[in-house]
Amino acid sequence: MKQITTPITDEIIRDLKVGDAVSLSGMMVTGRDAAHKWMIETFIKKTRPPQGDDLQVYEELKKLLAGSVIYHCGPVVTGLDTKEYKIIAAGPTTSIREEPYQADVMKHFNVKGVIGKGGMGAKTLKGCEETPGVYFHAIGGAASFLAQTVKKVHGVFKLDFGVPEAMWVIEVKDFPVVVTMDSHGGSQHSVIDDSSKKVLDDLLAQPY
Amino acid sequence: MRDLTNEILELIRRTSSSLPPDVEKRLRESIEKEEPGSAARGALETILKNIDLSRANSTPICQDTGTPIFYVHYPLGWSTIKLKAQIRAAMAEATKRSYMRPNAVDAIYDKNTGNNLGGDDFPYVHFEETESDDLTIELMLKGGGCENVGRQYSLPDNSVGAGRDLAGVRKVVLDAVQKAQGQGCAPGILGVAIGGDRGSSYIKSKEVLFSEMGTRNEDPKLAELEERLTSEANQMGIGPMGFGGKTTVLDTKITGLSRLPASYFVSVSYMCWAYRRRKMTVKGGEVTYD
Repeated sequence: MKQITTPITDEIIRDLKVGDAVSLSGMMVTGRDAAHKWMIETFIKKTRPPQGDDLQVYEELKKLLAGSVIYHCGPVVTGLDTKEYKIIAAGPTTSIREEPYQADVMKHFNVKGVIGKGGMGAKTLKGCEETPGVYFHAIGGAASFLAQTVKKVHGVFKLDFGVPEAMWVIEVKDFPVVVTMDSHGGSQHSVIDDSSKKVLDDLLAQPY
Repeated sequence: MRDLTNEILELIRRTSSSLPPDVEKRLRESIEKEEPGSAARGALETILKNIDLSRANSTPICQDTGTPIFYVHYPLGWSTIKLKAQIRAAMAEATKRSYMRPNAVDAIYDKNTGNNLGGDDFPYVHFEETESDDLTIELMLKGGGCENVGRQYSLPDNSVGAGRDLAGVRKVVLDAVQKAQGQGCAPGILGVAIGGDRGSSYIKSKEVLFSEMGTRNEDPKLAELEERLTSEANQMGIGPMGFGGKTTVLDTKITGLSRLPASYFVSVSYMCWAYRRRKMTVKGGEVTYD
């Protein structure tokens, strides 16, 4: 298993191939549906004027995301009253919902990795080639297990999106993932999609 | 009438943090079918570690604690208004204790209520009067990832050549599994309803998931189709998490309901491996949990 710590260099990313098991450590930021829509509309396409603390958060995010990783995750968090946050459940959410946004977010912030589950499509795969970056697949549903790799919650942005949708800045140690989309155009997801479609066609051709 | 708020709170804790033994058994058995050192086997090993850890620490198995679906069977004399209020109070407390993630989001204004209480429909509660003397409350937590890959077909469906018969049902269910890939957190469990209107069909496709793993439909024709669908789905090689492998579907449950002459719906509810469902029974003064 490869050990990688954020921030990640282009050289390390280019070295990663579909199928590589990786143990990730360092800082990362969670972001899912609301966060991606907000980043695209407010800072990338600029169809929505910045409001409240948007610009301040943007400056922080630029520093945090450069060379780092976005984790598609809506965690369960304790200590909301005291702000002594602890993440007790933190598995990946389904990534394909961020397909319209992901490549642009990766390029804009120079994000080197996206962690999620279920894989992503052609647009993100192209984004992985261009940025360059990779898609790391985590084990869906393994929330208590993965929460144990979260060593510290450094802060949270956009808590008004709600706990699951907020952007949690976390430090992890030995977070296990598998590369399923690399920066050379390889995608395990399109391979399995094609091979399973062939089997399906054969099954559909069989008599009942 | 007895106040069951604390007992329901315990039901929620158990459901969120402790996977039922029949599901865990299936997952343990499926490990042996995957190649040593494969990503599929690694995924199942992590899943099993997570099951143990969640149970030991009373933490959610999955951070998506899902749509809470309650089925209450009550003897004459219980007030459904009071029971619903107790369920809602227990849900808010369970959220405060982090057994549940705040999961109710106003769809129009995008606001998370913070306590898992949405409108009258969240949590979802179904009441049914029973002739039994015992009150039972069943709870299923169904995550959004697997809910999103559910599908409904109106037969005939030319895209897969599915006519209005069980042969057509087979085709669309297999199509649903192929389209879901790993996105519903495979290995999954399929709940299938044939017939009904669009609404009742989807509801039944979830209701059928309350039964134990491996129990077959009483109708031999449907029992056979259940077995066949599980076996054929596993030939597609999608595998745990969509990594490729032999374990894509753990079980299939089918139910039939009346339909209009004009309609022939097939609804497929995909349940993720984190198949969280638990039951409590109030018998006399005693409360027990399955």
